[in-house]
Amino acid sequence: MSYEMIGITVLWIFLYGYLIVASVDFGAGFYAYYAKITKKDHVMNQLISRYLSPVWEVTNVFFVFFFVGVVGFFPDTAHYYGTALLVPGSIAIILLAIRGSFYAFENYGSKKSNVYMFLYGATGLLIPASLSMALTLSEGGFIVEENGVVSLKYFKLFTNPYSWSVVFLAIVSVLFISATFLTFYAARANDRPALTLVRKYALFWSVPTIIASLTAFIALSQHNQRHYEAMLDLWWMFGLSVGFFLIAMALLYQGKHYGLAFISVMFQFFFAFFGYGAGHLPYILDPYITITEGATHQSMGFALIVAFIAGLCLLIPSLILLMRLFLFDADYVKGKR
Amino acid sequence: MNVDPVLMSRLITTMTLGFHIIFATLGVGIPLMISIAEFIGVKKKDPHYRMLARRWARGFVITVAVGVVTGTAIGLQLSLVWPEFMQVAGNVISLPLFMEVFAFFFEAIFLGMYLYTWDRFKKPFTHWLLSLPVVIGGGLSAIFITTVNAFMNTPEGFTMANGAFAAVNPITAMFNPATPSKVFHVLTSAYVTCAAILAAISAFMMLRKKASDYHKKALKLTVTVTFIFASLTAIAGDLSAKFLAEHQSEKLAAAEWHFETEKGADLIMFGWLDEQNEPRYEFRFPKLLSFLAHSDFNSEVTGLEEFPEEVRPPLWIHYMFDLMTAIGIFLLAVSMLYLILSKVKKWNEHNKGLLILIFLSGPLAFLAIEFGWILAEEGRQPWIIRGYMTVEEAATSSPYIGLMFWLFLGLYIVLGTLCTVTLRKMFRSNPAEEELEKLYPTIEKGDDS
Repeated sequence: MSYEMIGITVLWIFLYGYLIVASVDFGAGFYAYYAKITKKDHVMNQLISRYLSPVWEVTNVFFVFFFVGVVGFFPDTAHYYGTALLVPGSIAIILLAIRGSFYAFENYGSKKSNVYMFLYGATGLLIPASLSMALTLSEGGFIVEENGVVSLKYFKLFTNPYSWSVVFLAIVSVLFISATFLTFYAARANDRPALTLVRKYALFWSVPTIIASLTAFIALSQHNQRHYEAMLDLWWMFGLSVGFFLIAMALLYQGKHYGLAFISVMFQFFFAFFGYGAGHLPYILDPYITITEGATHQSMGFALIVAFIAGLCLLIPSLILLMRLFLFDADYVKGKR
Repeated sequence: MNVDPVLMSRLITTMTLGFHIIFATLGVGIPLMISIAEFIGVKKKDPHYRMLARRWARGFVITVAVGVVTGTAIGLQLSLVWPEFMQVAGNVISLPLFMEVFAFFFEAIFLGMYLYTWDRFKKPFTHWLLSLPVVIGGGLSAIFITTVNAFMNTPEGFTMANGAFAAVNPITAMFNPATPSKVFHVLTSAYVTCAAILAAISAFMMLRKKASDYHKKALKLTVTVTFIFASLTAIAGDLSAKFLAEHQSEKLAAAEWHFETEKGADLIMFGWLDEQNEPRYEFRFPKLLSFLAHSDFNSEVTGLEEFPEEVRPPLWIHYMFDLMTAIGIFLLAVSMLYLILSKVKKWNEHNKGLLILIFLSGPLAFLAIEFGWILAEEGRQPWIIRGYMTVEEAATSSPYIGLMFWLFLGLYIVLGTLCTVTLRKMFRSNPAEEELEKLYPTIEKGDDS
């Protein structure tokens, strides 16, 4: 495997990691606010905060990893995406900043504030919506370079069915992933009332997830024929994705093995996300950047991969320790510690 | 409104970094202070010190949150505001940027563990161990990111071919000539600043209320650490000057208003320049600049005249240098005074005048950080990568940059205000004395002297 292929795979894994952990976080924020306005916050907000408190800052780092890594491995992305994304990127930064800091202010500060809760819930849906736009842009047609000046075609972007189908998919996926995780966490905590509630959410958002995926798929065929056909060639990955979705549904419906149900959901998104990504190649930005031409020097690519492996050797044990302390420690989850 | 995108790009980055640097400094230094306090607390079985660690850590989380989000902001802004810089530099210097994220990740994971496991381990020593990765992660982040800044000053590790960087060696780029002195200076000044700000808080509490044992111990610890790192920072500053004299002499010359190359050069502090660029009303230290630059009072120091006009940094950085140095000396003097007074039984190290000076040293230390950083950045002008790319060439061409400036200004005002309000509320509603009693009911009331 060439170093640029390793590079893009590593980055894609990080983005996938962010997709999962951030979805849990974003969705939890929305559910916490929703529970509050429907006066059910006493049922589940304790559960949500027990999970989120120790891990919220870790979530952000997955994302930082991705964009720092992209610019490192494929410096041309800075030129194109950097210029074109100034406005949407800045808005995403501000939303992320509001979300992250308000979480801390609310949680560690002494007073509970409804405004903080609202912003925390609202950003939970707005951030995935705005970040998913970057994936839409990568399909090409929206970022153009004319006479050496890179610009973003806003009107085209906001009137395009594909971009809206992706936004829709991002939001329902967040709610679905988050609800299945919270179902598992509630079961783990042996918290019956919360479990009943979040399981209902998980079942509710499952069908829209599949509808949104299909819609995005069809919209893509209208927008980028090449990518669409490449994805059709990888039909088995999407088949596996649907298969895992069905397993997750069956488990959730029967009300058992919630841990396995969540893992199935993770696999469902893993195969869909990598199928999408593999079909996207060789383009990082259609038609300007490909992984071969846009890649950094070989020595840098090699150094980054070495750093990445060394970093993983440090991080994986730490993450396992973190999970053992807060995720798989039954006493902690139940609120006894 | 027709604004220059380059100017707006610079302003937006100045603002983001000027704000972030406060929280980044806290992120590097405070974990060390927490770790030291907890270690003493565990070793001496002294609840005061462990309470110190607990309370510092609780405040620290709030600043970490702001640090994380502003750090994410600057990380993305590098690509959004300086796309051409990142495209070129990404090829050579992305390795430490990448590793910085790893270091931060490491720090974040262990900070989460540290904060939520105060009473979870049988041995308190185990909990203290968790603080070490936080200290190390914070330090490594600072080191990696400083190598990037060092690279911008003395770029190495590549050759130029057809206007692009070729034959890239990421390791040489990381360990460029500016790296050692810069890393040393950044680390020591971050530690001294955090010790000074915590000392300022203790001094403030003692000025407002009667001095309790808790605050006295806090003051002793923080001022001692201030003294140690103020001394080390002085050494680091000296090494930085010597580095500049050798590798980046236009920066030193501009900062010192040293126009003509000469032997036995005087050090000029403050003052201003008249029409003939002659310093007026300055403090003049004979031959000291030569000593500062080359450890020899009669050595030759390169003057600004040897550089073409268009690559000379702005002359106002002179004041940044002077203010930074003056504050550094002030920190060293005040902490030394405290230590001397506390060693002699007859003297009272908690007298009001000294407490006021210690209180002032906290905010001043942060000002010194800002001044030093402005000196480092402005002193590199007009370059973004010295000798290869100017700031003007690197900036975004997007016309929306002006609008983004106001958007971010609003964000930082909100964040700064809420952070301050939250911190005040957190500690005011829960004084240390009450919390100590609650957690350790057996503790003796320490209000004797």
